[in-house]
Amino acid sequence: METLYVVCVGVMTFCGVFLCLRGRTFSVVVGLTMLSYAVNLFLFSSGRLNLNGAAILGMSESYADPLPQALVLTAIVIGFAMIAFVVILSIRARADLGNDLVDGRDPPDTDKLVKPIRSKL
Amino acid sequence: MIAHLPILPLLIPMLGGLLMLLPPFNGNEKYQYRRVASLTLMLIQVACAIWLIQTVTQNGPLMYAVGDWQPPFGIILYADQLSAMLIALTSFLGLGVTLYSFAGTDREGKYYQPLIQFQLLGIYGAFLTNDLFNLFVFFEVLLIASYTLLIHGPGKQKTAANVHYVILNLIGSSLFLIALGTLYGTTGTLNITDMSQRITTLPEDQAIIAQAGGSLLLVVFGLKAAMLPLHFWLPRTYAAASAPVAALFAIMTKVGVYCIFRVYTVIFGEQAGDLANMVEPWVWPLAILSIAIGTIGALASPNLRTLAGNLVVVSIGTLLIAFALRTPEATAAGLLYLVHSTLITGALFLIADMIGKQRGKAFDRFVVARKIKQQSVLGILFFVAALSVAGLPPFSGFLGKLMVLQAAVVPAERVWVWSLILLSSLMTIIALSRAGTTLFWRYAPNSDPDETTNISNWQLSGTILLLVASPAIVIFGDGMVHYTNEAAMQLHDVNSVVEIMNLEEAP
Repeated sequence: METLYVVCVGVMTFCGVFLCLRGRTFSVVVGLTMLSYAVNLFLFSSGRLNLNGAAILGMSESYADPLPQALVLTAIVIGFAMIAFVVILSIRARADLGNDLVDGRDPPDTDKLVKPIRSKL
Repeated sequence: MIAHLPILPLLIPMLGGLLMLLPPFNGNEKYQYRRVASLTLMLIQVACAIWLIQTVTQNGPLMYAVGDWQPPFGIILYADQLSAMLIALTSFLGLGVTLYSFAGTDREGKYYQPLIQFQLLGIYGAFLTNDLFNLFVFFEVLLIASYTLLIHGPGKQKTAANVHYVILNLIGSSLFLIALGTLYGTTGTLNITDMSQRITTLPEDQAIIAQAGGSLLLVVFGLKAAMLPLHFWLPRTYAAASAPVAALFAIMTKVGVYCIFRVYTVIFGEQAGDLANMVEPWVWPLAILSIAIGTIGALASPNLRTLAGNLVVVSIGTLLIAFALRTPEATAAGLLYLVHSTLITGALFLIADMIGKQRGKAFDRFVVARKIKQQSVLGILFFVAALSVAGLPPFSGFLGKLMVLQAAVVPAERVWVWSLILLSSLMTIIALSRAGTTLFWRYAPNSDPDETTNISNWQLSGTILLLVASPAIVIFGDGMVHYTNEAAMQLHDVNSVVEIMNLEEAP
């Protein structure tokens, strides 16, 4: 179970970071969402993974740590609100700046920047 | 009542901010009501902060268990002299900013005043809490308020800066949670004081994981504090924000610095066994680079607001040097410098705005433009702020920098600290004198300054309030130095906090 869990968190973090590094707001927003999913799973695992453990005293033989569950709930709520905000902000940026690039303008065309210098040489 | 004093700084802005969303305060035309309410709230907060300082100085640190859940299980608010001082500083800055915004910034949207209150709530909370997850929550409170304040008012420039700011801080929040999960997984607690006890007894394989978590926290706090190489967002963001918001943001970077001081003195401080002072070798070069790059940025700035933004980076570097020296004396020097730099950089953003509004289209760019109408008033304000930032006597920058210089005692440290801080001060003087001569003395000869409007008394009173603090810090220098010394001693004395929280039986 641990291996599966670790692979899930790792792949999601990887995808999240990769998407966050993209140039357009849509992929960045998706990346942030994935990152927050990965973080929530990671936070959940900080109380150790065990099956059939109750979080309330007197309900079972073995117990699970209830604190990470509370932390994850808080993190989900906050993360959800922040993602909602960044979606609205991206839409506003699309309207204000006229494109959906994170920088608000096209990246400088490196070919055009380099070629004139080359021709002079 | 005194038992509930530590939570008052949180309740006042929260309830006050909520109140301003309800009738009779809501609605675009009711801005006069909101002004009265927010001014009253700010005065109450300043009074409350002074009360807190007085109580903490006389009776020692206060601990407040929220919901009476005792440590290490419940959320603990812990007000020592350091927290009380920073809360007073924040409320004072908030008062100046609120006065300044009455000149018209608050009419750009009906939620401006409530948002300022929520921003203050988040900052107070970050200073007061003694629980790492609660710190994360208050970070999010202050961040969501800052996102909206930054984009408040007209201007497409703000949207572009805000997109960067929001995305960076969301990634920062994710890292914060990962670091928290790692630390909780190894130590089994979130209470900062309890964690400082448990980190000493970690087995070696666990200690490495805790070290990874602690290092990740430095990245998060470094991003908030605009420590190099995480400072790129700062000058652009601060330049895009409206003036009172930028002035209020001057305290936000200091929240990051405060967290570095608190976490790496209490948890990963001298008594942490294998992990003692684990970030110090990292902070040294980053602090030095922050000062260097901030100074170069200040010299290269095309306008006054970017210049002020770069001076914030320089002040962060100086504070981090005070942190990296790792003695109570250096911490005390850093705290004094923190108070000074927050108020003065805040004032500098306000001055830049006032100058800009009288220069027409050029605003605060360093180009030949229309003559400033109220040259003498603005000139004096700029002069005082510039002298103070550069660290010339008789203003507070001199005292702050002098104390940081004196705190470096080891010869090898002394060489770096003295040469760097003195050189950067010289460069700051050059940058500011260049800015001042261009803004005040080089104007188009045929321009008619009478067309521009006068600066309002609200703007003047807000700025003067912040600037007066600079000579005041020097005049009451003895008391200030004494107080910061005591606050630093309290911060470094981890064992007494353990006693206050009754944590000694913890395994």
